[in-house]
Formats: sequence, C-alpha cells, structure tokens
Amino acid sequence: MVGAFLDNVDLVIIAIGALVGISASLLGTFLVLRGASLYSDAISHSILLGIVLVYLISGDVHSPYQVVGAALAGLATVYLSELLGASKRVKQDAAIGLVFPALFALAVLLINLYARDVHLDEHAVLLGELAFAWLDVVPVGSLEVPRSLLTMGIITVVNALFVTLFYKELKLAVFDAGLAHALGLKPRLLFYALLLLTSVTAVGAFDAVGAILFVTFVIVPPAAAYLLTDRLWLVLLGGCLIAVMSSVLGFHAAMYLDVSIGGMMATITGLLLALAFLAGPRYGLIARFLRLRQQRVQAHVRMLLVHLYTHEHEAEAEMENVPRALEHHLRWSPRLSRAVTAIAQQQGLITVEPAGQRLHLTEQGRRMAQEVLEPWRRI
Amino acid sequence: MTVHSEPVQAPWDRAGAGSSVDVEHEPSLALHIEDLTVSYEYRPVLWDIDLDIPPGVLGAVVGPNGAGKSTLIKAILGMVPVAAGHIYVFGRPHHRQLSRIGYVPQRTSVDWDFPTTALDVVMMGLYGKLGWIRRPGKAERQKALEALEHVGMAPYAHRQISQLSGGQQQRVFLARALVQDADLYLMDEPMAGVDATTERHIIGLLKELRSRGKTVLVVHHDLQTVSQYFDWLVLLNVRIIAQGPMHEVYTLDNLRHTYGGQIRLLQGLAGALATDGDGEAKPGDGRSAGDGGAAALGR
Ligand SMILES: Nc1ncnc2c1ncn2[C@@H]1O[C@H](COP(=O)(O)OP(=O)(O)OP(=O)(O)O)[C@@H](O)[C@H]1O
Ligand SMILES: [Mg+2]
Repeated sequence: MVGAFLDNVDLVIIAIGALVGISASLLGTFLVLRGASLYSDAISHSILLGIVLVYLISGDVHSPYQVVGAALAGLATVYLSELLGASKRVKQDAAIGLVFPALFALAVLLINLYARDVHLDEHAVLLGELAFAWLDVVPVGSLEVPRSLLTMGIITVVNALFVTLFYKELKLAVFDAGLAHALGLKPRLLFYALLLLTSVTAVGAFDAVGAILFVTFVIVPPAAAYLLTDRLWLVLLGGCLIAVMSSVLGFHAAMYLDVSIGGMMATITGLLLALAFLAGPRYGLIARFLRLRQQRVQAHVRMLLVHLYTHEHEAEAEMENVPRALEHHLRWSPRLSRAVTAIAQQQGLITVEPAGQRLHLTEQGRRMAQEVLEPWRRI
Repeated sequence: MTVHSEPVQAPWDRAGAGSSVDVEHEPSLALHIEDLTVSYEYRPVLWDIDLDIPPGVLGAVVGPNGAGKSTLIKAILGMVPVAAGHIYVFGRPHHRQLSRIGYVPQRTSVDWDFPTTALDVVMMGLYGKLGWIRRPGKAERQKALEALEHVGMAPYAHRQISQLSGGQQQRVFLARALVQDADLYLMDEPMAGVDATTERHIIGLLKELRSRGKTVLVVHHDLQTVSQYFDWLVLLNVRIIAQGPMHEVYTLDNLRHTYGGQIRLLQGLAGALATDGDGEAKPGDGRSAGDGGAAALGR
C-alpha cells in the first residue's frame, strides 16, 4: 500500500506540500501571535549562508550537516536582530530587515565565488521545484522514498511534538512573557527553540518548495485561522487544515491551469485568507455587516416599543399608537414602519388590534420598554 | 495596624551575608532590598534602593510617571537584570522565592487580542505549580472558576478576553494572581482605568488578602485615595524618598520631595494632610481634599 502511494506522483507532491504546510503553520501560529512572523522570512533567506558554508566545508550539497549549518545561521539571524533591536536605536522589524539581507548577500557572494557549478541558484532557493521533488529518492528498507517526503515527514512529527508538549508554555510565553519568566517557564529559551525549529523546517522546505511558499505557509494559514476562531488550539488546528487544503487545491489548480505548483499553493492560501476575511463567522466582513444590520433592526424595534410605552396611558393613545402615527412622529418611511411593526409582532412584543388599526404592547413588549428606559430596575 | 518596629540590622553586623545564598537574611521581612540599582543600558532608572516591607501590610508604591515603579516590581520578579544590590523575599534571595510571589502586571503589558478566554488566562496563574509539560486538568479548572467567582467574573469565564471591558480585564488578572496562592503580591496599577464600583471591589479583595496574612504591594496613582486604602507607603522617584507606615510617611513635605517640580499641584492636598495629625487616615479624608490640584497628580 505504501508502495502504491509512493508510485503515485500526484499524491506524493500533494503530501510534501501538505507536510510543509502543517509543519510551518504549527510554528507560524506562535510567531504570528508574537508579532515575529517576519523572522520566518529572514530565516528562510539567511539559512542559505549556513547551507553554503557547510557545502564549502564538506563538499556535499545534501550533507546532513546542512541542517546544523542552516539552524545555526537561522539562530544567528535571530540573535543579531534581537541584539540590534535591543539597542533601541533601531526598531525591531528594521533590525530584522538589516540583518538577513546582509547574510543572504554574503551567501550569494560565496556561491558566485566558490560554488558556481552547484545547484544553489537564487531561483531554486526562492521557488523550489515541487514538481521534481519525487525524483530525488533515498532507500528506506525495500522502498524508495522521495527525500523531501521523508525529511518533511520527520520535521512535521518533531514540530507537532514540540507544539503539543510545550503547548501551555508556548501559550504563556507569547501571551505574557513576564509571567512566564516569573513562573520559571523560560520564555526566551522557548522562543529560540521555536526559531531553531523554524530554521530546520525552512531547510527541509527549501529543497521541496522554496522559501516563498515556506514563508507563505508560516504566516497565512495561522492568520486565516485566527480570523475564524478565538481559541488558540483551534487556530493551530485550523492552520493545519487550511495548509492541507491549499496543498490539495493548489496542486489540482496548477495541473488544470498548467502553472507552477508551489505558486498555485501559495495563491490558494491567499484566497482562503480572503475567504476567511469575508465570510468568517465572527470577524468576517459579512458577519459584521449582518450583525450590524441585526442591531439596527433591534434598535428600531426598541424605539417602537418605547414610543408605544410612553404614549400608552395618554388620552391621545388612540391617535398616537396607530401605524400612520409612526410615519409622522418617528419620521419613518411607510416601508420601515411596516417592516418594524411586522418584526415586533413576530417577536411577540406587540399586537395589532383590530387588524391594522391600533398597536398594543404585549406584557413582554412592555417589560422590554421598561428595561430600556429604566435599566437600573433590571435584576 | 501592622507597624514594623524592629530595629533594622546595621549592615556591618551582617556576619557573612552574601557569602552563601542559603543564609536566611531578614526572614522577618516580607521584602528586603539592599542597595538595588537597576539600569536600562547603563542608564540607572532605580538608584541605590533600600526597602523593607514587613509581612501582612497592604502597601502602596507612589511616584510620578517614569519614577521606576514598574521597574522596581519587575526587578523583584527577576524580569529585568539587577545592576547591583540584593533582593530578599521572606529571607531568601528573590529568584528562589518566585513561587511565593503573585503578580498583576500593568494591563497594557499584554495583547488582549490573543485567542483565549478569561478562564484560560486565570489558569495561567497555575502553570508555575504545574511545572513543565503537565497540562491543567479538572482541579485547575475548578480553582480558576472559583477565583473568577471570587472577583465577580464567573459569568464571563468563557468570553474571549478582548470582549471584556478594561475593569473586567483587570479583575481577570487579579483572579490569576489569586490562584497563584502566593504570600507576597505585587500589583502594577490594578486600579488604573476602572470605575468607582470596580475600584471598591478590588480594594475589598486586597484588604481580604491582607486579613489572610498576605503581604500586598501595589503601585497606585491616585494620591487622594492612597491614605484611605493602604496602611504602608513607599514614595519612589528613582530613589526611595520615604517609606514606612502611612500616617508617618504621608506628609506634604514627603510628597513634595517625590513630585519635585510639581509642587503647585500639591496645594490641594494640603488641607487633607493638615488634618491628618498622627492618627490613622480617616476614611474619606483624601476625597474631601481640594479636588482640582490633587487630581492632576494622578494620571
Ligand atoms: N525596556 C526599557 N528600556 C529602556 N528604558 C526603559 C525600559 N522600561 C522603562 N524604561 C525607562 O525607565 C524609567 C522607569 O520606567 P517605569 O516603567 O519603571 O516607570 P513607572 O514609574 O512605572 O512609570 P508609569 O507611572 O508611567 O508606569 C522610565 O524613564 C522609562 O523610560
Ligand atoms: Mg509603570
């Protein structure tokens, strides 16, 4: 069965995309919430320096030490940026923006000087070659497993373990680093661990999908999930789901339109984010619009109730509490008066008797009017 | 009223102090700070602080903006590096006593859009006792719910925290400190931006903590209420201006020293202070002071 799966090129590509997506968005959730998502961009560039340095020392593009080199380069980026940011002379985001281009430029320079003949050009770095990821295989037992699938599988397991084991520590470190520190839960150490894993994930993703899709997967799925829920674990889960959906839909769309697979996956995450922004149940534009309209309707109903209530016991109630008077006194259009009267009737707040003639408050409607006028009476 | 009357040990009779961190140092004090200097990038913001807080007091830390009040609290919690000096909590170096300190940060110090609920924030107070990796369970939930109940926030337990008002957020923070079940509580402006009802509620909770034998140290901004709410006063402006029982320290002269150039603003308080005599602050006497000037001292 595993063999059949590995022979299905489409499935392998989708799986690699999904694994990059899951591993990236798990870490990305915490980076986004901490306002540190720019680090993923920085790291995905500066790890090139680590990769080049390890290549120059070991002479092997696929040496396992690459992970170490890249991780160190990633941590160096973070450390230097934090150092520069802590001086308060440079804002934190500007500090990041100063450090990683320097490291990236150094890497490109080294490639041009000493490693021209190797497959390490900027194009491959930034975009990756998902379409060919299945060609590069390593033997595992009797199976030939695509290298990217294997590395991303391992990285996903490690990241998932990290995030589940240290869920509460990460949560507190991001929400209130001060308390985390006071409780002995080492928020700085966790932050560096998080960015170390981000660097390792970036190396794995680097071969498979390139830096751009990696950064997209770090930032966009968590951001989209954040629009849909206000529970942290649901943001984590939703981010993974969105990443997987992007991989599946992105692959098929790319096949259909005959365009870059990685590019299409990134596009789909963007579309899903836009969808969440529009149609999210709580913070989505549509929901907000509907809620606002609902509130407006309720406000009108209350106005009507208060109007009826204040004139209920007056002699001219006969004159005031008729549908026509609403148009006159409240300056409502006939359409609005009819609509509001109908809704209030539906909600059992008023009755119209005799039919179409006089508006009466029901007991419930009267209570509601009293509540509006005398909120302190509410128990 | 708890008035600390023990003679403070002279620094030169401290046999071997500092040579071993395990030697108990002023164990009769809830908080004992010696020669503390804290600086951000070599610019000291707290100069040579000596501070003693006896156990069981409800104390206020008062000083103008930028006086270093928050920094003092952060230093006690080990959140900012100490350039010089010692901090002892119940006789032991502060970093070994962190589990005995409950902390209410300035409300603006966290991101209230974080995707979590009021109940969850309160449970965070228990993370220290849980230790690494262990998850909060039923018992922790129950404790957190009780604390929320205690501060009158039970109906909001499952609200997303950004949907709480400022006063409600402050009470969530207070509940979080309560579940820490500490002996020394440090609170950074727990009454900033809350209405009168919430303020009374909060001060009630603080007095209850004191009656349970806890020591509470609160950064407070309102000079009109400080003598009414608290029994111990620390006046701070980069260095300690004065400290001690409220009725001894709460004098116009001391306040003038603390607030420096803003003397004119203090005129309004003169009446209140003059009637203070040496007795305890009478309830309401801060309120009756000339409102205009004194109010300007608060934010
Ligand atoms: N992280 C920091 N880096 C550099 N300087 C800082 C930092 N935090 C505070 N300061 C400076 O230290 C001084 C004391 O700050 P602190 O926050 O302790 O004052 P405060 O008394 O709490 O003031 P407020 O009443 O405004 O809360 C201020 O001058 C402030 O500018
Ligand atoms: Mg402060």
